[in-house]
Amino acid sequence: MSKDVAIIGVGQSAFVRGYQGSIRELAFEAFREAMQDAGISKSDIDASIICSAPEYDSQRSPSGIIAEYLGLNPQPTFAVETVCSSSTTGLRAGYAMVKSGLHDIIVVLGFQKMSEISSADSQERMGRGGDIMWESPFGSMMPAYYAMHACAHFDKYGSTEKDLAMIRVKAAKYGTINEKAVYRKEVSLEDALNAPYVSSPLKRFDCCANADGASCIIIANKDRAKDICPKPVWFMGLGSATASMTLTNRDTLYGIACARKAAQEAYAMAGVTPQDIDVAEVHDCFTIAELLAYEALGFAEPGKGVELIREGQTYIGGKIPVNVDGGLLSKGHPIGATGGSQVRTIVLQLRDEAGGMQVPGAEIGLIHNIGGVGVYGNVIILGR
Amino acid sequence: MGFEKFGRKSFASQTKVESFVEYLAKGELSGTQCKSCGKQYFPPRADCAECLGNEMDWFKIEGTGNLVSFTKAGFAPTGFEADVPYTLALADFNGIKVFGRLDSSIPKEEVSVGMALQINILNLPDGQLSYEFVKS
Repeated sequence: MSKDVAIIGVGQSAFVRGYQGSIRELAFEAFREAMQDAGISKSDIDASIICSAPEYDSQRSPSGIIAEYLGLNPQPTFAVETVCSSSTTGLRAGYAMVKSGLHDIIVVLGFQKMSEISSADSQERMGRGGDIMWESPFGSMMPAYYAMHACAHFDKYGSTEKDLAMIRVKAAKYGTINEKAVYRKEVSLEDALNAPYVSSPLKRFDCCANADGASCIIIANKDRAKDICPKPVWFMGLGSATASMTLTNRDTLYGIACARKAAQEAYAMAGVTPQDIDVAEVHDCFTIAELLAYEALGFAEPGKGVELIREGQTYIGGKIPVNVDGGLLSKGHPIGATGGSQVRTIVLQLRDEAGGMQVPGAEIGLIHNIGGVGVYGNVIILGR
Repeated sequence: MGFEKFGRKSFASQTKVESFVEYLAKGELSGTQCKSCGKQYFPPRADCAECLGNEMDWFKIEGTGNLVSFTKAGFAPTGFEADVPYTLALADFNGIKVFGRLDSSIPKEEVSVGMALQINILNLPDGQLSYEFVKS
């Protein structure tokens, strides 16, 4: 692999229900931790990329106020948005800017204060996550779209509500040991199966929680990384793709096409195969999304993803540990911060610093971060 | 007639394909077809992404379709609360996929992927126009 761009610092705020502070203060929590992790000062930083889903922000153009609050004037800053995958899209932009030689060290800061708007406003925006001309007028919403993917997968491959419940049980087990997670209780298979439907076949425990949070990733070019960082984690592969937002324009609903294409690109660039991945963070905004990720990423053949969870192969000690930090299901899903949080987990894994979540000897890790319901797909492969 | 007439609740009022609503008022669900290259679109579009053409004919979606996927919503975004529970569905009419709701009077045990469906145009009490899928 070409060691051209490295991650030299990672940070994350606790993910919480209602953050008692402003978005700039929330962002600073992740920034402080990443800066202390990298051991650099603000004069080392050449640019910042701020990532969030703006429909939750009261502040117009938040990158301006956040770059100021982080102390990063007069360096350039700008915003990046691909809804739930905003911060891995920001990381992709940052990678390109470092790799090109334009900048040496860049901060990628993702944040979301979902409690910034009222619950009523949130309910109103919820309906606008799909095509507002042709789908929203029927009362569509995020859980319903993923539920329709689940329905199609069940029909095509024979997967079941119990398979999805088993994914939540795993997420909850690891959520108990992640001190930054919003949901830190175990969930039994019975609890998951007996919960009320949100949008059939998805039930309450099949859905992640809204949360407030921030994440920060600091990247550097080869020379600076080797100079500054005792344990740089290198970008091996990046893949990114899109699919239609309008459901009617998708070939099938039993897979996420943008994730599959992004994964193929990332594997090709890294020169590795799915079997080479030691630990993965996938975008489990809903349990079905994790099952679809197993198949999109090639951890299982299409339709065989259920075998991984039924056999426990995605737990620590299994063939491919997935979301052993609790995933979005336990951590919560502060839209713009989520991708950066996934990246942070993999960086800690590759540095042997993941504590109780550590996959022993992990050398290559993968991040799968999806924006919207399979609209934007980012896959990133990192190595020691 | 403006596009805001479409659906239980509209989020867009202006589009070049607002004739869609006029066809609904006549009892027809319609898509557009590019006059230059023949590509068919549903939902309808004013512009062809294949050949960049912008002259379209309208065509009617009719006959029997099949249920591709569905979900019964247990809660709803603002403006749809009174309809809960409702079933969102994707249906395929000879290769043209259509998103909408399934007739709520179909018993749950009769709803399954692949079931035969037809389109029923709805004139809602408040004057809005929509459509749903009914058993064929």
